[in-house]
Amino acid sequence: MNGLAGRGQERFAPRSKLRYGKGRAARALFLLATFVGILTLVVLLVDVLTQGVPHLSWNFVNSFSSRFAERAGIKAALFGSLWVLVLTAVISFPLGVATAIWLEEYAPRSWVTKTIQMNIANLAAVPSIVYGILGLAVFVRWFEMGQSVIAGALTLTLLILPVMIIAGQEAIRSVPNSIRLASYALGATRWQTVRRQVLPMAMPGILTGTILALSRAVGETAPLIMIGAVAYVPFVPDGPFDQFTVLPIQIFTWISRPQPEFHDIAAAGIIVLLVVLLSFNLIAILLRNRFAKRS
Amino acid sequence: MTATQTIAAPVAPVVETRDLSVFYGDVEAVKSVSIAIDANKVVAFIGPSGCGKSTLLRCFNRMNDLVPGARVEGAVSFRGTNLYAPDVDPIEVRRRIGMVFQKPNPFPKSIYENVAFGPRINGYRGDMDELVERSLRQAALWDEVSDRLNLSALSLSGGQQQRLCIARALSIEPEVLLMDEPTSALDPIATQKIEDLIYELKQDYTIVIVTHNMQQAARVSDETAFLYMGNLIESGATDQIFTNPAEERTEAYITGRFG
Amino acid sequence: MADRDRKGREDAADAGGAALPASGPDHPQHSLRAPRRRQVQESLIGGVLFLGSAVSVLTTIGIVGVLIYESVAFFRAVSPFEFLTGTRWAPLFVPQSFGVLPLLTGSLLVAAGAAIVALPIGLASAIYLSEYAKPRVRNVIKPALEVLAGIRTVVYGFFALTFVTPILQGIWPETQIFNALSASLVVGVMIIPVVASLSEDSMNAVPTALREAAYALGATKLEVAIRTVLPAALSGIVASFILAISRAIGETMIVAIAAGATPNLTLNPFESVQTMTAYIVQVSMGEVSFGTVEYQTIFAVGLTLFALTLLMNIASIFVLRRFREVYE
Repeated sequence: MNGLAGRGQERFAPRSKLRYGKGRAARALFLLATFVGILTLVVLLVDVLTQGVPHLSWNFVNSFSSRFAERAGIKAALFGSLWVLVLTAVISFPLGVATAIWLEEYAPRSWVTKTIQMNIANLAAVPSIVYGILGLAVFVRWFEMGQSVIAGALTLTLLILPVMIIAGQEAIRSVPNSIRLASYALGATRWQTVRRQVLPMAMPGILTGTILALSRAVGETAPLIMIGAVAYVPFVPDGPFDQFTVLPIQIFTWISRPQPEFHDIAAAGIIVLLVVLLSFNLIAILLRNRFAKRS
Repeated sequence: MTATQTIAAPVAPVVETRDLSVFYGDVEAVKSVSIAIDANKVVAFIGPSGCGKSTLLRCFNRMNDLVPGARVEGAVSFRGTNLYAPDVDPIEVRRRIGMVFQKPNPFPKSIYENVAFGPRINGYRGDMDELVERSLRQAALWDEVSDRLNLSALSLSGGQQQRLCIARALSIEPEVLLMDEPTSALDPIATQKIEDLIYELKQDYTIVIVTHNMQQAARVSDETAFLYMGNLIESGATDQIFTNPAEERTEAYITGRFG
Repeated sequence: MADRDRKGREDAADAGGAALPASGPDHPQHSLRAPRRRQVQESLIGGVLFLGSAVSVLTTIGIVGVLIYESVAFFRAVSPFEFLTGTRWAPLFVPQSFGVLPLLTGSLLVAAGAAIVALPIGLASAIYLSEYAKPRVRNVIKPALEVLAGIRTVVYGFFALTFVTPILQGIWPETQIFNALSASLVVGVMIIPVVASLSEDSMNAVPTALREAAYALGATKLEVAIRTVLPAALSGIVASFILAISRAIGETMIVAIAAGATPNLTLNPFESVQTMTAYIVQVSMGEVSFGTVEYQTIFAVGLTLFALTLLMNIASIFVLRRFREVYE
């Protein structure tokens, strides 16, 4: 590079080759790190599938748990999960949407509102087991609901509400303000604007956030253990005040047994759980697309 | 390049381009421009928005490399070496040819660290304190900040930040300084200070300045080049361009009929 | 007079425009004030919508209230000093002992191991995604990381026990079946997306102008990433670190499955430990009567856990806000 010789050459030692070399090495390192996570995911899935698939059968889905691994099934857990899920959805969706609407459209810009926002953000980061403790003390004992489906649903509602609210707020915030202004300028009230303009536009985002939050609820174990949803439940819940168990807890108790056969059916249970979760995410995507097309 | 008077023997230009074209994808932003920049002169590129003057400027320090899809054809030489030759190192190019940007962009570090950054990564083997002071003096900023070098650069005013960016560019001892509309984001007083600075700096550096402000070009530069839609329409001594342009389009732009 | 009024209105109608409704106190329905019914309706709706926010406030009050209430009862029976400094945790055995330190060190040991895994890998991924990756690659990797974040913890626990632990035992035969290392590693993998996602957002927020300035001074891509973008995004990165560690401390099922159920005051990752979260699960699965000291340990340990994670979450927000770089 003699053509570029000139002033300052002696005082600087750019060592370009070394710096480029370091750059290349670093790039490879970063790429490697990125793939560690993905690699682990793949290994995990392969492990689960190889252990669990041989034990998947209609029998497995349709029978109750048992002391004998060959006869154990997840019927009780599956139905329990569905019960809890539906109840949680029914309770949390209106609450979550209402809060998001209030915070974004109605709340005055005061320190009270700011505190509520901060509070919600904090709640979203509280460990799930603390919600379990809350549910135990309040719903199971104080409200005397016992170790029932409704107690579990209420606890899970409290758990996923902050996440739902935050997602809902983002969806509402993404509605352009010009739409609101146009609606007000035509003489609409605030509620009319929200119901007829803002909500329909924000609905895909709200639904996606809700479904993702619910799918998180399906996989929650610790809070429901605290409620008392233990695994040896040989029946399907008939009503909201029945005892119950859920998929993750069933998997947990099977893993906790020392016999390796139970580990295998735990893997099968995991596959069922993953299928349920996957369907949730698919429904979320489908609903979002359908609503996006309509608006 | 039309020369008006040649008293001294002609010196080889510091930077020159030959049939330089720049493509962004299929769009030809700079069309076959040939221009020469002489040592220790201030050359202004003027022209309406989108005429390619910034793109042309960025060829001189290979900043267009960073734009995905950008393609350069033709030659840009610095002291006779083609900057786009395969064995030329962009790092080395950028140490020799520095750049100041339109909006002041100091690093969110202290004033001292801002100026020291360039020399550090380029392996400066000397007294850093002395280099920082020298660069800040050259940028006419030393007196204002010598007692607060450890404060954040963002605590300075807009005009001071831009002079800091100039000091930062000068700290690696380039020979050419490229300035892309350096005062368009500043108030008139700060602008004045920087224009005075440019007049001082040209004793030691060659300066190429892109500006959309014709009065600034007239005040500050020795030579001016007028670009329009990627083409170099006319270039020459500033006095001549502004009082007696050869091309009709140049005259139209200068008198404000468009742009 | 009436004739003139009528004529005025007819003229207006002839002119093509709608006749302006007469206004005044004798024509209330044409005044500019909102009808009462609509006002009441709007207030009611606002009130109903507020209920949801009230629930969130009540939740916090509930958590704090419940934890403190039962813990107060607990601390009447057990001295706080013994709780905080005792080194043996055996509330369900005879003789009882209520030192929380083994549980605390268990949680911190696992969290530390997880941090060693997740922080470098997460940060490196963030740097790659933000500074190096082409958009196509980014669109594949980001969803993959989200899938990683969505794996339920029970599944991770299974993986830790049945896959990771045997491997560890193969390398270091003295590893116990339940050990802190296995849980640490898997918790670490679980929180990689937390670090990667937040750090990447922070790095993306650094304006391009700063990168350009560094390039113009002759910096390589690595130097731009490490010496310009990283320091500028530091507050977000540190906040993500703190948040990730907080998640690791609050993690329950992975440690309940893989780390063990024996409270053990140790720094040896190959041994079995019990974390605060695993203990709470263990107690509630057993037979514990309402109102006993054993029952109240749930709340005392829960309070410790809550306080610790709350502090970390607040610290994370504080770091983010206070040190957020202003780029303008």
